[in-house]
Order: sequence, then structure tokens, then C-alpha cells
Amino acid sequence: MSARPGRKAPGLRFSPWNLLLIIPLWILITPLYNRMEPALFGMPFFYWFQFVGIAVGVACTALVYRMTRERPTAPARGELDVDDLDEGSGR
Amino acid sequence: MNELQWPELIIFGALFLLVTVLGFAASRWRAGRTLEHLDEWGLGGRRFGSWITWFLIGGDLYTAYTFVAVPALLFGAGAMGFFAMPYTVIAYPLVFLPLLRLWSVSRSRGYVTPADFVRGRYGSRLLATLVALTGIVATMPYIALQLVGLESVLRTMGFNAGGFLGHLPLLIAFVILAIYTYQSGLRAPALIAFVKDVLIYVVILVAVLYLPAKLGGWDTIFSAAEEKFSSTESAKDGVLLSGNNQLQYATLALGSALALFLYPHAATGVLASRGRNVLKRNMSALPAYSVLLGLLALLGFAAIAAGTEALTNAATGEPDTNTIVPKLFDDMFPAWFAGIAFSAIGIGALVPAAIMSIAAANLWTRNVYKEFLHRDATPAQEARQAKLASLVVKFGAVAFILFIDPQFSIDLQLIGGVMILQTLPAVAIALYTRWFHVWGLVAGWLAGMTWGLLLLYGIPNPAAGKEHFGGSALPLAELNLFGWQPFPGSETQIYVGIVALVANLAVAAVVTVVARRFHVFNGIDSTEPGDYHVDEDDKDLRPVAAS
Repeated sequence: MSARPGRKAPGLRFSPWNLLLIIPLWILITPLYNRMEPALFGMPFFYWFQFVGIAVGVACTALVYRMTRERPTAPARGELDVDDLDEGSGR
Repeated sequence: MNELQWPELIIFGALFLLVTVLGFAASRWRAGRTLEHLDEWGLGGRRFGSWITWFLIGGDLYTAYTFVAVPALLFGAGAMGFFAMPYTVIAYPLVFLPLLRLWSVSRSRGYVTPADFVRGRYGSRLLATLVALTGIVATMPYIALQLVGLESVLRTMGFNAGGFLGHLPLLIAFVILAIYTYQSGLRAPALIAFVKDVLIYVVILVAVLYLPAKLGGWDTIFSAAEEKFSSTESAKDGVLLSGNNQLQYATLALGSALALFLYPHAATGVLASRGRNVLKRNMSALPAYSVLLGLLALLGFAAIAAGTEALTNAATGEPDTNTIVPKLFDDMFPAWFAGIAFSAIGIGALVPAAIMSIAAANLWTRNVYKEFLHRDATPAQEARQAKLASLVVKFGAVAFILFIDPQFSIDLQLIGGVMILQTLPAVAIALYTRWFHVWGLVAGWLAGMTWGLLLLYGIPNPAAGKEHFGGSALPLAELNLFGWQPFPGSETQIYVGIVALVANLAVAAVVTVVARRFHVFNGIDSTEPGDYHVDEDDKDLRPVAAS
């Protein structure tokens, strides 16, 4: 997608795990949860459901972080040896 | 003047003193070689780790004004005010990937502001200047709003006088803030944010556990809210959304989420972090603040159940709904706890105000001063210019509050959100592709800006007796494209920012196709694909604070 392909590193790196980041968007579909029942601790569904939405968002971002951090995000700009890679993933 | 609330004042004063000391000490905290460089003064040395970044960005995004205004919105209008919830739920997943690219390219090329990136990506002074000016204009009223938040607390504590005297405590607080920001740069708000956030967490958790118990549980609170909204004539309020404002709710959440990290102060917090993993962790950790915000928002309903009444602002003579939450704490809690709560909100105003003024100063220095006034400024001259600019920006914000109706800054902030959204194609999309032509982006910006402002101008708010700039909810029936009305008679509302953004993208695409057809020069891209992936441990990384 980069305007100038063919440089030493690809402009876009894609991991299927990234697709998880789309899931939290369902909270924009208001008809799903715009109602009173079932209430929780006296709180209408509309309100507590959106707190659950936070948890879903956190789960998605955390999972993407876990699943994509193993591979080095920066590919060889110059020569990287094994020790350098270890240092990078050790943080 | 009301009676001064001494216990609250003493606690507030003590905590304010503490953060003042911290603010001045911050200049030596994790100090780099020199403070005479924007990387150091304006970005804290680009080496904040996960915790500091969490406190800094959390303190930056979840501002005093948010903590005061969102519950006030629920108090007044009900469910619609809860849009802050889906907004912060989707914001982090949305920006997760683009922010990493922005961080990397900025780290690699030494960019300090989003406009720096645009300048490098398109080689266009015009486009970069447009982005920078949009950022400055959108940030200014935001700083002023922090003052509104701070003042609502000061007035509740008894400093509720008319005229200049009523603004004096605010002025003093701000002068102190201005001086230590001048001296310490971004390190000051980063250090103070620890105090602010710990206070906020304690206060809100206590309030959310204690108040419902005292008021008879959440069901009592929600029935009180329902009763209030059903007794009003307006169809726009209620404990649930109505058929007409659901689209507004969703588009306002989406628009605000897209705009969030386009704001210069948010970008400043991001660029100050050490590396990509710090940011990734924070995308999962920052929503902890959203839980707080959601709980705090519900206190707006608790205030209804408690029968809280807004304080009358002695300066304007009208009830100020922004005092709802401070008043609730004042009424329901012992004075010492209210004092802690007020300190949390008050200090909560200082952190974002400092970061925002630094962000605006960075924009001014890098994208106006260095670009037009002093081409070959040295890093030390840049830093000096930015420090002075941060003073000007802060006193500009104070002048807003002193000489102009605070309502004006609230209107401007509403407009600012729509405006900053118009930089999305030039900043966020450009992180991925240069498909949009530079003239397409300029034309799109112009179209989105003009149309967005026109639409906002045309929205009245009869309840507040305003003919223009009465809100950001546009009935679809009012949509009018050169005489063509796509949805005549529809009462469904939509957020103006999204409408303007769609127009922006459409115009940008059409102009892009035309410009490409005629092979118009598309600027020079000085970034390389590898720039978008650099990380803290790379070997040939550009040193921080290099000239």
C-alpha cells in the first residue's frame, strides 16, 4: 500500500490477530443494549452492559499485544544477531 | 462571597503546595543532558516507561473538565451523556496500530508534533501548517475548559465572588502552574499526574461504594432519575436513549474516539513514551480510567436522587451545572473528604492544562516559528521559543475565562472536536498510505472544515435560548447538499463531526483522482517504509535530543 514499494522493509506488516481490534466496535450498535432489563444491582442493562464493553476492549488489545510481541517489530536495519533479539524481547 | 469552607480549603491548599514542589523538582527528575531541546523540554526525553506513560496519558485524556462535565451531562440529559463510555471503549482498539506507526516514524525522524510528520510525509508546508493551526485552535479552548473545571471547585469551596475577585484564586493557581511548566517542561505534569490519579482513584472508588449505599441503592437512584426525566417536557432526555438520538450516540462516540489521538496533547503523551511495547501495554491499561469515568458519570444520577442543586455562579448569575459533582461531594461527605475530592479535580485540571500548553507550544515552535519566522533556529532557540509560547498559551486561556463568558469556551471546544477530526486524512490515513494527493487533502480539509462549521452554526438550542452553536446533534432532515435533501422530515440525529469527515474524505478522493490524472506534483516523501517499524532497541536509532 505504500506509495514507494520495494524499499528494504515492507511498508505494512499484517498479523491476523490484529483483526481482533474490530470486535469492540460492536458497542456502536445501540439497539443491542438500549433497554432496562435485565438489571444488575439495580443498574439498567444499558449501563452495566457498557462496563462489560470495557472488559471486552481490554481483552482484545491485550490479546493482540501478547500474540504479536514475540516477533521483532523492527526487522534488520543492519545486522541483528541473536543477542540483540533476546534483549528486545526481554523487556 | 459564600462562607469559606476552611477544612476543605486547608486540604486543598496543602495538596496544591505538594504538587507545586513536585512541579519545580521535576526539572531534575530523570534529567537528560540538557533541557534546552524540545525532545527534553517538550517530550520529557522520549523515555517514559509503561507506568509513567499510563499516569501521563491517563492524566492527559481524563481531564478535570471531563470529570465535572460528564456527570453534569447525565444529570441534565440522562443516557445521552453516557456516550463517553462507548467512546473510550472503542478509542484504544481503533488507535492501537496507527499510534505505533506514528511513534516509530516520529522516533526515527525526530518529529515532535503530528504536523512535523505531515511535513515529512508530504513535504508540504501548506498542509503541515493547516494541521498545526487546527491543532492549536482546537487545543486553546480545551485549556480554558480545564479552568472551568478548576473554578467550579474553587467556587464550591467558597470563592464564589463576582467580577475579578472571583477569578483571583484561579489566576494565582495558573500563574504557579505556568512557571513550573516553563521551567520543567513535560516532566512536571508527568510527575504531578501520579498525585492526581491516585487521588482520583481513591475519591471515585469511595464515592461509588458509599453514595449508593447512603442513597438506598442503585435502583433507588435510577428510579429517581427516571422520575425526573419523565416529568420534563423534553423528549431528548431519559434513562434510555430515544429512537432519535441513538445514531447521534453512536456517531458521537465514534467521532470522539477518532478525534482523541489527533489532539496534539494526546500525541505529545504518546511520543514521550520509550517504545512500542510501552504503548501496546497502555492500550490495555488505559481503559482502567474509563471504568472510573463511567462510575463517576453515574454520580450524575446519584446527584438527582440526593436532590443536589447546582450552585449559582456569582459571576454570571446563572446556575452552573458543572458544580453538580463538587456540590454532591460537599453535601454528602465530611468536609475533609470533600477537600480531597476537590483537590483531585483541581489538580486534575493542572495536569492536562500543562500538557496541552506544551503541545500547543511545540506546534507553534516547530510548525510556525521554525517554518516561517526563524528557519535556522538551533534546538536551544526552539526550546526557548516553546517555553515562551507555553506561557502565552496559558495566559490566553486565562483571558478566555476572565474576559469572555465561559460558555464561549464550551462552544469552542465543541467546534474544536469537529475541527480536529478534519485532520484525520492528513495524519492518520497518511500513516498508512500516500494514496491521497496533497491537494486532495488540502481540499478535503477545507470542505470538511467549512461544512462542519456551517452545520454547527445552524444548530439552535432553544432550551438555552441560543440560535447558533447549540450543540453537535444534527437532525438528518437538515442535511442539505446544494438543495438535495437525502432524508426529508427525519428527526434522527447524527454527530456533525462525522458528516463533515465524510464530506472531507469524499472531496479528498475526488481531487486526488483528478490531480493524479493530470500528474500534479505530489510533494516529496522523506520517510521510508522502515521508519514506521523502528523500536527502542534498534541499533542505528537516532539519538534523543540530537540537533
